[in-house]
Amino acid sequence: MFLGMASDPLITFTDRGIYCPRAALYVDPWKPVTRALITHGHADHARAGHARYMCTTSAAPVMRHRLGSITLDTIDYGQTVAVNGVEISFHPAGHVIGSAQIRLAYKGEIWVVSGDYKTEDDGISEAFEPVRCTHFISECTFGLPIFKWEPQTVIAEQINTWWHKNAQAGVSSIIGAYSLGKAQRILSMLDTDISPILTHGAIEASNEILRAQGVQLPPTTLVTPDLDRKAYKGAMILAPPAALGSNWARGFAKHSSGFASGWMRLRGVRRRRALDQGFIISDHVDWNGLLDAISATNAENIYVTHGYTDIFARHLNSIGYNAAIVETAFEGDSEEPDAAVESDAS
Amino acid sequence: MRDFATVFQALDETTKTSRKVDAIAQYFETADDADRLWTIALFSGRRPKRAVTTTQLRTWAAETAGIDLWLFEECYPIVGDLAETIGLILPVNSQHSNKGLTHWIDALASFKDADETAKKDFVLNAWDTLGGTERFLFNKLITGGFRVGVSQKLMTRALARATGKDEAELAHRLMGNWTPQSTDFHTLIEADDPESALSRPYPFYLAHGLDGAPDDLGAVEDWHPEWKWDGIRGQVILRGGTHFVWSRGEELMTDRFPEFMRLLDYLPSGTVLDGEILGWKDAQPLPFADLQKRIGRKTTPAKLLRDTPVILYAYDLLEWEGEDIRNHPFLERRALLDTTLRDVPSDAPIKLSPQIKAKTWEDLAQTRAEARAHHAEGLMLKRSDSLYLAGRKKGDWWKWKLDPLTIDAVMIYAQSGHGRRATLFTDYTFAVWQGNDLIPFTKAYSGLTDAEFRQITAWVRKNTLQRFGPVRRIPPEHVFEIAFEGIQRSTRHKSGVALRFPRMLRWRQDKAAQDANSLDDLKEMLRLYG
Repeated sequence: MFLGMASDPLITFTDRGIYCPRAALYVDPWKPVTRALITHGHADHARAGHARYMCTTSAAPVMRHRLGSITLDTIDYGQTVAVNGVEISFHPAGHVIGSAQIRLAYKGEIWVVSGDYKTEDDGISEAFEPVRCTHFISECTFGLPIFKWEPQTVIAEQINTWWHKNAQAGVSSIIGAYSLGKAQRILSMLDTDISPILTHGAIEASNEILRAQGVQLPPTTLVTPDLDRKAYKGAMILAPPAALGSNWARGFAKHSSGFASGWMRLRGVRRRRALDQGFIISDHVDWNGLLDAISATNAENIYVTHGYTDIFARHLNSIGYNAAIVETAFEGDSEEPDAAVESDAS
Repeated sequence: MRDFATVFQALDETTKTSRKVDAIAQYFETADDADRLWTIALFSGRRPKRAVTTTQLRTWAAETAGIDLWLFEECYPIVGDLAETIGLILPVNSQHSNKGLTHWIDALASFKDADETAKKDFVLNAWDTLGGTERFLFNKLITGGFRVGVSQKLMTRALARATGKDEAELAHRLMGNWTPQSTDFHTLIEADDPESALSRPYPFYLAHGLDGAPDDLGAVEDWHPEWKWDGIRGQVILRGGTHFVWSRGEELMTDRFPEFMRLLDYLPSGTVLDGEILGWKDAQPLPFADLQKRIGRKTTPAKLLRDTPVILYAYDLLEWEGEDIRNHPFLERRALLDTTLRDVPSDAPIKLSPQIKAKTWEDLAQTRAEARAHHAEGLMLKRSDSLYLAGRKKGDWWKWKLDPLTIDAVMIYAQSGHGRRATLFTDYTFAVWQGNDLIPFTKAYSGLTDAEFRQITAWVRKNTLQRFGPVRRIPPEHVFEIAFEGIQRSTRHKSGVALRFPRMLRWRQDKAAQDANSLDDLKEMLRLYG
């Protein structure tokens, strides 16, 4: 059991982020570094200021859009590159389009950094694939047994039923959803026969990028200041969470508002936001999904990060894993439903 | 249960009063009498007798979910509600049932005296039969406390609409000592029932707080000022040769204050008094903390009765010679009250709360400033011709409280809130300096805006030094101005003081931890105002 002590571990945890000394590169670092492997384009994982980046081919357009002119290497899922003997490959994480788990292997020591992930196939992101390894660094945003998701089809039915009822009453439906990922996932779930779909500028910006790379999304109309909003009574409107309850939302005379997030599972959070509807749908894996995913890696050493880390690590230890907590600066929609909601409104 | 779950969900999903009333009224129109009665009971704070303990519930829930009990206990503070935690943690139900609310309450009650195995079988089967909101509500029936953002007032309004009855009459009928076991829908809502009418209190008329100066109220002569006492608002009912004592929280407190039985010797049946129940000794009120000892117990040992006797400081008369006189002007009621109490001996547990004379608002402001010396919290202003209304109504009755005492303190622990605030750190422990040490002296959990709570929550998460279950120790960096209504000596607290109604007045981001007050400052306040 002390085998690992014989040589330095392949991965270490530093104040800049997850680091591989042998390959001299970081995964999702939060301070500027010379070489960064990026799991996906959300702001807390893909930060500005690194000298050189690498991400999947399908994550690249969003990365470029958000970070501007960066030095970016792209790689396809499953393709391998070697850096100083370390084998590096990216594997689908199912979180958003282009999101990856990053595998780093050297002489039988195999690490996988999950980034953010979900195990349910949402039909729009590349579906999660378990990757065998010896050391697994897993997010655990929803690492408590109270968080269990229903299949996406059930949520789609809830959303469409609510929208349909509103549309018949001449009431618009506004759903708050993250601009990149959740918004497109919801778009793909909508029954386009009900009424037109409008989008907030922040969401339409992501839509454009994804459409340009071949992702199929239903037709949407951008809400501009001179749009005749009265002509769209009963429409579905997708907006970033911060736009709910704002002047922007009040511009739509009669509307009902909903929010799509895993946090909607908690009545207290739903009530605090004073929403008409909470749709429990997340791009993070739920409790059962976490345990299944971890089991599927076959890893014995599990490092948990962002979320209910101490509780989740304790549970993993109690069921026979060698689990530890890794402090990271990832925020995602971790412990902080409200702050996350606001920070990702860009 | 499904219909009840539907109305509950409708209430939960809106903040609009009109929609809430619509939802309940619609339910009252269609539900059967038994379910209607139970719904009224639940929404007015009554609940079924507890047939299983929460410890049993936790254990069974963890077991059924296939997790360790500690993991369940970790989830509970994060969800903030036990019934909800259980609902979320259990597997999806495999059976269904069309049985209504009353069926489940009766079934639960029938297991009250069953052995543990039978109880467990029943609860586990219920969990497997009820899904989602229904399961949550079933758990709520056991754990109690239906906080659904529906006041009794809204429920009463909905009931009035559904039954065509007068809202004020219904409010009166719903008060008092009934339970769904002791009555039925017809008796409670529709029929004449002298028996329960005997103990039934009137809905309390509640004053609004006055912000700023009272000049807007017009001529000072039109107002009747009194001290605002720091006791328990109470209604003493003398009817049919017996007496009842009700608290404002609609709790029957007759047995807690046996002193008031003597009132039957001096006052006639058919009298209902509104006033303040106060601890009273040596011709002056005792601090609220003393009275609290009396509230805390169902029966009162002789020693406590001797050490902390209570009186009623009466300030209104609601019923006289068996007649409801609430629609008479205040001064008329007050004059009658005065006459009624005139011949009561001075050692009787009742006094007339004195009127304060003032020629101008300035005079009155001066008097108000001396409230603490009179053991009062400020002034009450009642319009001379005001009728005795039901509930909190603006315009005729105002409380004009003293500005609170304040002290600057350092936040040293944070804990997440419950329910709506479960994902925020909202409950803080504060300390003051004693040399280089910080001595905790109070907790507070209100007074900040949601945005401030969110900001602090984010800071707490990033700066936690140590965790004790749901409590986080944090660096002593942030200073808050703590406001409170009173201060008393306490042997139970390390600081030696206990505060009344502590809350955060503002976050002093302009101050560093070393700028906070000291324990000596607190002790000086204790000397001045304790």
